[in-house]
Amino acid sequence: MKELASWALDTATQRGATYADVRVVDERGRALATKNGKIGNASDSRSQGFNVRLMVDGAWGFASSADLGRASVDATAVQAVAIAKASAKVKQKDVKLVPEKAVTAEWTTPHKIDPFSISIEQSLSLLQKIDAELRSVKGVTLAETNMNFRREELWFFSSEGANIHQTKFTTGAGYVAYSFAGSEIQKRSYPNSFGGQWQNKGYELIDELKLLENARRIGEEAVALHSAEQCPEGAFDIILESSQLGLQIHESVGHPIELDRVLGMEANFAGTSFLTLEKLRTLKYGSELVNVVADARQEHGPGLGTFAFDDEGVPAQCTPIISNGLFTGYLSSRETAALIGLERSGGTLRAESWNRLPIIRMTNISILPGEKPLSFEQLISSTDHGILFQTNRSWSIDDKRYNFQFGTEIGWEIKNGKRARMLKNPSYSGITTEFWNSMDAICSRDEWTLWGTPNCGKGQPQQVMGTGHGAAPARFRKVKVGSAYKGT
Amino acid sequence: MLKQDQAADIFSRIKKQSNADEVECLFYGGRSALTRFANNTIHQNVAEENYGVSVRTVFGGRTARATTNKFDEQSLKDVVKASEDLARVQEPDPDLLPVPDAAEGGRATQEIPSRHFAVTAALTPDQRAEAVGKIVSIAQRHKLTTAGIFSSAEGVEGLFNSRGLSNWHTQTSAEVSITMLAPDSSGWQKANSPNVANLDPKALAEIAAKKAVESASPREIAPGKYTVILEPAAVLDMTGFAFFDFGGLAILDQRSFLNNRIGPRLFGENISIRDDVAHPLQSGPSFDGEGVRRQKVQLVENGVVKRVVYARATAEKMRKSEYAGKVGPIEPTGHGFPIPNEMGEGPMNIVFESPRDPKTVDQMVSSTERGILVTRLWYIREVDPYEKILTGMTRDGTFLVENGKIVCGVLNFRFNQSLIEMLSKVEQMSTPVRTSGEESFDMVVPAMKVRDFNFTEVTKF
Repeated sequence: MKELASWALDTATQRGATYADVRVVDERGRALATKNGKIGNASDSRSQGFNVRLMVDGAWGFASSADLGRASVDATAVQAVAIAKASAKVKQKDVKLVPEKAVTAEWTTPHKIDPFSISIEQSLSLLQKIDAELRSVKGVTLAETNMNFRREELWFFSSEGANIHQTKFTTGAGYVAYSFAGSEIQKRSYPNSFGGQWQNKGYELIDELKLLENARRIGEEAVALHSAEQCPEGAFDIILESSQLGLQIHESVGHPIELDRVLGMEANFAGTSFLTLEKLRTLKYGSELVNVVADARQEHGPGLGTFAFDDEGVPAQCTPIISNGLFTGYLSSRETAALIGLERSGGTLRAESWNRLPIIRMTNISILPGEKPLSFEQLISSTDHGILFQTNRSWSIDDKRYNFQFGTEIGWEIKNGKRARMLKNPSYSGITTEFWNSMDAICSRDEWTLWGTPNCGKGQPQQVMGTGHGAAPARFRKVKVGSAYKGT
Repeated sequence: MLKQDQAADIFSRIKKQSNADEVECLFYGGRSALTRFANNTIHQNVAEENYGVSVRTVFGGRTARATTNKFDEQSLKDVVKASEDLARVQEPDPDLLPVPDAAEGGRATQEIPSRHFAVTAALTPDQRAEAVGKIVSIAQRHKLTTAGIFSSAEGVEGLFNSRGLSNWHTQTSAEVSITMLAPDSSGWQKANSPNVANLDPKALAEIAAKKAVESASPREIAPGKYTVILEPAAVLDMTGFAFFDFGGLAILDQRSFLNNRIGPRLFGENISIRDDVAHPLQSGPSFDGEGVRRQKVQLVENGVVKRVVYARATAEKMRKSEYAGKVGPIEPTGHGFPIPNEMGEGPMNIVFESPRDPKTVDQMVSSTERGILVTRLWYIREVDPYEKILTGMTRDGTFLVENGKIVCGVLNFRFNQSLIEMLSKVEQMSTPVRTSGEESFDMVVPAMKVRDFNFTEVTKF
């Protein structure tokens, strides 16, 4: 790969590039799924290619190809130069990058079991057992299971001398039970909705998730929702279990702190952000208990945002985002860091694959657990009257990330410190900063889970990326509940 | 570009590598480029070329798929082995059909117009930059900042199977999307076409700029039920959520809002919708994921859901099901997704039929005593799958209309609205146009004036 990169970097610099980098990616994926006892999906994929990103006349060009031959590599570098020259025709000022030391490095996702070493029969057998268990519950009308593996090998070389080789493993699994009756479709998912739990791990994750052990309960809850009371409307104290809080962080912290959004670079599609530059270190984002970090380092855990280097060769870092409620940091790249006067990139530039330009992406955006010991049961027992929200069903937020509305699959009324009746169709809504300032309790480390969101979309052409979100159950006071069904 | 004869050669090499009862190959890929701008600057500018083959093997009721973007002998050998390894270990599925032969694939019942335009395929980075430069000039003339894209692509889709069926489709596409930003307002426009000559970036930029300027200093209006005038992009992104429920497997799975609702009137009498790949404003290939020709299907007629679309296997299953006789005609319609899949099928070439008395958006405004004009919707998600309640936000040009005139911009709303109710309360429609949004595939849809649209909250901008 080094030879390939040298061809491209030589061609680029000879043609006037003042900076260039080359990424080569070789990725393999496997998707297995069942649906009502039959195979829903059984597919493998392999994709290999490279790209050249470079700067000419202070403007960016990017070209990519699946053909790794010499002629293609040279032609792709020439194409990237031509594109950069076209970019330079419509610019206000030259792009500048903050410095970054070029390194030679090698890194692999820590994993115990290569998921591709596990027999297909073993994986399908587990999914079929779960599927059967879900369907054994009377009233379950549709059962779906999934298991997904990815191995991604990346090489990064730059005209500054970087030479980085990383190998990442991702594993994900989950299932969902649907129940259609009367005029309602209800569903329950495990361990999370929209694909389950995903981490940068090997097959060992599958065993840790206790998938089969929870299947019957999930099926029964899906059916029981038909008999549950409709979630009431009004202002309530609410508790979000950790996967829902993870998505709340993703939408109302993770996206607004992306510096490319803040600087208007995503205005046409993903939108901008309410976190304009003057709010850094002045905005009270949340209550004193709210501490959020963007942490891509291995020691944070096996999140989908864990790596050794980002896709422009910047080492993984931990950036404090919210510190005791104060807004303290953005997600940045070498270009955006320079634009706001930071000395160094936060290391968050990532691309979906070899044919996509790296853009700012969430790493692991996690709320830190409470320092005082607080179990989930203690959180419930300390709540007089409230609603517990479990497992996301719908999510929506405006394009500056102020107004949000979430629905979950199931809710529980909490009365006098005890989980009381089940509630169906629960939803809550609010304004981001008002919501985070209403947080008055968060469970401690034992209740903290690093969730994976495998399907975050951003960019044009759109790219899908996995992000990590560590969270523990937390309580928020006087939140607007139930408006999703108001007036409908 | 990958040519049909090259793909046929790759298919024959793949067949030689396989011991399966049947083999099917899907080819895809092409060349694409996208020039992206923001802050009146081209800040991202990309190009790619990539082709792939997806190999499906079948062993007596067992099937699986493997995909590669490498066509050398070893890669083809590997992809065949990967597909066969996944297929062989499965339990046989008695409902899995043989791959279709040429007769079952069917003949085109209507010719689709050419969707490949040399002028689009030949578009250069300099030409895109020149167009972006003009958009930026318009922004600067209005003292605005602009962001958006100008993209072009040339692609192929092909299918070959071991029973002799083959299909090949080439297409070009071009797209322009423009946001104009003022300090407290914004405007947006987007258009795409197989033929770049059909796009007018300057005209789109002028409209987006006008919206940004006219929605400045937005007023806060209380949420509630309003008459809304939804421009085509807003209609597209709302109604797009309906159509994956218009498949036979969605009915059989009991995950469709059409379960128990086919036959009686569901929407207003003025709503008629068909799937029509040959419509001159549509795009895409004339065959489905198994190579079966797409048929024109009347989905909704005068507010009544008449039928849904079918993949081959779904049609077989539906005929034997308790729903047969309650769901209209049952036959393969050429709308199946590549097998194996969990979704079955879906109509992908939606065309809303023209109203008897079409109105322009301006006419809708002038006939409105009090209402909200919506340019675009954003982040739409399904709140309730059976009542089809959707939530989302307005964005990039939301206006108060009073006494037949646009009065001012307003702070953006959150809505929670049943799509079924919305399509029951359409008072006026425009002539349908090819429309592109962000939440749905492109369709041919009208602007709509709808009463009692349910805004539940208001945001801060």
